[in-house]
Amino acid sequence: MIAFDYIRPADETAALHAATERPGARFIAGGTNLLDLMKLGIERPRYLVDIGALDLREVTETSEGGLRIGALVTNAALAAHPLVRQRYPVLSQAILAGASGQLRNKATTGGNLLQRTRCYFFYDPASPCNKREPGAGCSAIGGFNRIMAILGTSAHCIASHPSDMAVAMRALDARVETRLPDGQTSSRTLEALYRLPGETPHVDHRLAPGELITAVVLPPPPAGRQSYRKVRDRASYAFALVSVAAVVSMREGRITEATLAFGGVGTMPWRNRKAEALLIGQAPSAALFERCADAVLAEATGHGGNDFKIPLLRRTLVASLAKLTGGEP
Amino acid sequence: MTDVSVKMDAPFEQSLLDRSPVPTIGKEIARIDGPRKVSGAARYAAEHFPDGVVHGVLLRAPVGCGRITAVDATAALAMPGVLAVIRDERMIRNAGDFGGDAAPVQGVDEVAYFGQPIGLVVADSLERARAASLCVRVSFESAPGVFDMMAARDSALPPTDDIFGLFLIHTEQGDVERAAGEAKFLVDTIWETPSQNHAAMEPHASVAIWQEGRLTLHGSYQSPVVTRDQLATVMGLPPSQVRVLSPFVGGGFGGKLGVMPEAVAAAIAAQQLGRPVKVVMSRQQVFETTGRRPMTHQRVRLGANRDGRLTLVQHETITDQLEGEVFFEPAGLATHLLYAGENRMVDHKVVRTNKQLAVSMRAPGEAVGLLTLECAMDELAERLGLDPIELRLLNEPETHPEMDVPFSSRALVDCFRQGAARFGWETRNTRPGQMRDGDWLIGQGVAAAARGNLFGPSRVRATIQGDGRVLVETEMTDIGTGTYTILAQIAADLLGMPLEQVEVRLGDTNDPRSAGSGGSWGATTSGSALYAACAELRARLAAAAGVPVEAVTLANGVLTAPGISRPISELVGNGLSVEGATEPGESNQRFNQTSYGAHFCEVRVHAVTGEVRVLRWTSVFAAGRILNLQTAISQAIGGVVFGIGGALTEELVHDPRTGKIVNRDLGEYHVPAHADIPAIDIQFLEERDPVANPLHAKGVGELGVCGAGAAVANAVYNATGVRVRQFPITLDKLLPGLPPVAG
Repeated sequence: MIAFDYIRPADETAALHAATERPGARFIAGGTNLLDLMKLGIERPRYLVDIGALDLREVTETSEGGLRIGALVTNAALAAHPLVRQRYPVLSQAILAGASGQLRNKATTGGNLLQRTRCYFFYDPASPCNKREPGAGCSAIGGFNRIMAILGTSAHCIASHPSDMAVAMRALDARVETRLPDGQTSSRTLEALYRLPGETPHVDHRLAPGELITAVVLPPPPAGRQSYRKVRDRASYAFALVSVAAVVSMREGRITEATLAFGGVGTMPWRNRKAEALLIGQAPSAALFERCADAVLAEATGHGGNDFKIPLLRRTLVASLAKLTGGEP
Repeated sequence: MTDVSVKMDAPFEQSLLDRSPVPTIGKEIARIDGPRKVSGAARYAAEHFPDGVVHGVLLRAPVGCGRITAVDATAALAMPGVLAVIRDERMIRNAGDFGGDAAPVQGVDEVAYFGQPIGLVVADSLERARAASLCVRVSFESAPGVFDMMAARDSALPPTDDIFGLFLIHTEQGDVERAAGEAKFLVDTIWETPSQNHAAMEPHASVAIWQEGRLTLHGSYQSPVVTRDQLATVMGLPPSQVRVLSPFVGGGFGGKLGVMPEAVAAAIAAQQLGRPVKVVMSRQQVFETTGRRPMTHQRVRLGANRDGRLTLVQHETITDQLEGEVFFEPAGLATHLLYAGENRMVDHKVVRTNKQLAVSMRAPGEAVGLLTLECAMDELAERLGLDPIELRLLNEPETHPEMDVPFSSRALVDCFRQGAARFGWETRNTRPGQMRDGDWLIGQGVAAAARGNLFGPSRVRATIQGDGRVLVETEMTDIGTGTYTILAQIAADLLGMPLEQVEVRLGDTNDPRSAGSGGSWGATTSGSALYAACAELRARLAAAAGVPVEAVTLANGVLTAPGISRPISELVGNGLSVEGATEPGESNQRFNQTSYGAHFCEVRVHAVTGEVRVLRWTSVFAAGRILNLQTAISQAIGGVVFGIGGALTEELVHDPRTGKIVNRDLGEYHVPAHADIPAIDIQFLEERDPVANPLHAKGVGELGVCGAGAAVANAVYNATGVRVRQFPITLDKLLPGLPPVAG
């Protein structure tokens, strides 16, 4: 990796100060993605601010009945947390479906949100990639693109977002809390955290330079059943080809609430409120679920090697909805 | 100097291994090198830190075909700690492979494949060398290349070399077209298998040290002596000036047979800088700059009579390789001998592509050839309405169906029968797509395993030291296979010593030259050379005790014979040393020698998504005498896992625009994870093969992979009714044939 300066501040104020003092500084926590990218020369920060000493490792209940998850809570700790397992099983399942035990021990909540795509061409400096080098071109379009996105793509980038955890959080209406360099705090949804590639695929998110994720806040647990279904090429240690996070609530044979989020298919963790709205007030049926899938996939585009994700997402979604609205507990 | 040798011109009827009073051979003996491995005392190539060592990182060609026109290292050389950017015409462009001492293709300007090594950056730390390598500017001219083998199939030509006569390029008998026309049942199928990477756990690594004009290389190699000879040629040195050490190797699978680019680069850099140089490949470089199993396009055509007897066996393979390289994937190897049938044709052709060198990978030929042949047999059985095992039993040949020689031993039928009983084959579902457990479709599959048994020249020195301890020395390697342990067992049993009294030293080219690890022949060749040495030592001990050797029993360090009992240590003076050797003889021509097996697999396939998970596995093998049941089972399990990966997940993807390997890491090149593998039940049948060698053993290392993938594919078909003929069977290929999703 290219030489860099390193600092490990003791508190948030010092971390924010350090990050603003040097343009181009990057925060590092678990380092499970950033270090790999630095070794490959894809990320070349000149200054790393290690936030490992910050006091952001707690999971606490909020006064509203939700959970505040410190940005440094590891994926392993979060998945195993009793309140997460009891109240937000979709999140626990999603985290455990990702990476490996070793990575989950090291990776953090904030870092997971900001991990970069796993596009093969992004990872190879010898392949043109607009996300790595704006204007260079996209090797995935017209190339091997089995793992790429079908939703939210642009003519400049079709790389999929790799996180499982963020998909579940998006289904749970999580909010991301940050502190800005001037000490102000901010709170936004995941939809507002990420951005679509458009013409600037090198910009993954909307955080300001030096803005630090301090926590993820989950609203009170939703009513109904939750599930995370991840489809992948091997049983463990593979990114999602397609994943479906679903939270569905029923009363008297009709769906009263439904939130759906999708992984492996979007350039960001994907959600489609129109598709969710179709379900509300309806009795579950195969035709209803197909209509919901139609809505999710209305704007989906395959690029050859990933065309299969369209029927795969449809089938996985329909089966997930059938399970969640079915008779079994 | 060789003292005694064993040449296999005739069966070796009596093996001394059957006469040891306290046998360890055949038992489950834990690896004697295990404690060293788990404690870190076993040092692998990259774990050598000679004084003053510096670190090199290979540079890669950023073009698939063309020429490097300029390399600007100014920025790199200005970085702290950077010592040199070396581009030397002696550097090798293609990896070495098994065989002779010729240099692999050399040069740093002409580019034949994407990622080819074109130089080395050396710095005082790995991190600095790696950073500098990112700052070297490479200019090139690109030329039109051939990157898509399937699209270039029409340019295929016969291979130029039959690889020491081991790979038959083309054989034909009878009239295949007529047989196809007359066959009552015909299966005519086209299959594709992808490129694969060996993906050994330990990446390729070398540490080069020069002292007084002599080169010492710590490297991760399966055959140190082949590496030494090729390295000596490359460097323009006599082999006696080069020493290669590979005492511990973290997996090879054929990917570490000849000299590799990192060794040559390390040797050149160490020579130029006057200090030791270490070059360790990154995982991406292992994928990109070593070797691969080439992709294949295979046509398998089988014809049968109404009674199920084969009348036609035809297997045509097209594979790919760099221009000028001789290796090809001999996918028809087992097709020559597995089943009877009068009209036969096996053919191989090669398309010249601009893609990484194609090399041997575990069971070259059978691994991908049985994958297709055994699936085609499954299709034929269904067409005939026969049980797939019954079809195979009907076509069991009495002698080699093409060469009119007997089999030295062949227990394929027993493997099927015993495997069927262990697995519960008779209770399986025979109608595809009809067995379901909730969301999962369940299926069972079966396939045969066969792998040729080879014998070659190998040498081992055995010494009974003055204190009675035994020392075994040979250049042979243990690449995770168990060589240390089985050689210690052979010496212990034949010399009557407790296992703990035997020390084995491996992987040093200063020791007697072996056949190396490859082709499943390491155990039998080095073991037989050791057998010869130990037999001679027994004779010398008997002579020293003044008794005929036939009357002697050696056990627990004591020689006994009628009227005499003496500690062996008293009979050896300052020590007795004998070098044993093997020589191939007429038995190789007079008999076909092959190890066999039968795989049984149960899978479940998710009816919604097409995910395939292997649920249950049984394999039964017959491979002659099993030297160590524990390490043999480990080998067999590893082979089956290889087969499962080949069937379901492993595919090295080349960019059709550049030939570049797209998925160059273990995150995206999917070898099976633990969660993909069920408990694997392995049984070895009791068998002896006196034709093969004095041990009566045959090769085990590659047998497990042979046919294993076909059992998986047949089970997937049985579960779903979907036959996928492009491997690997990923879920996208199954989706169109799956039942509709019930809301």
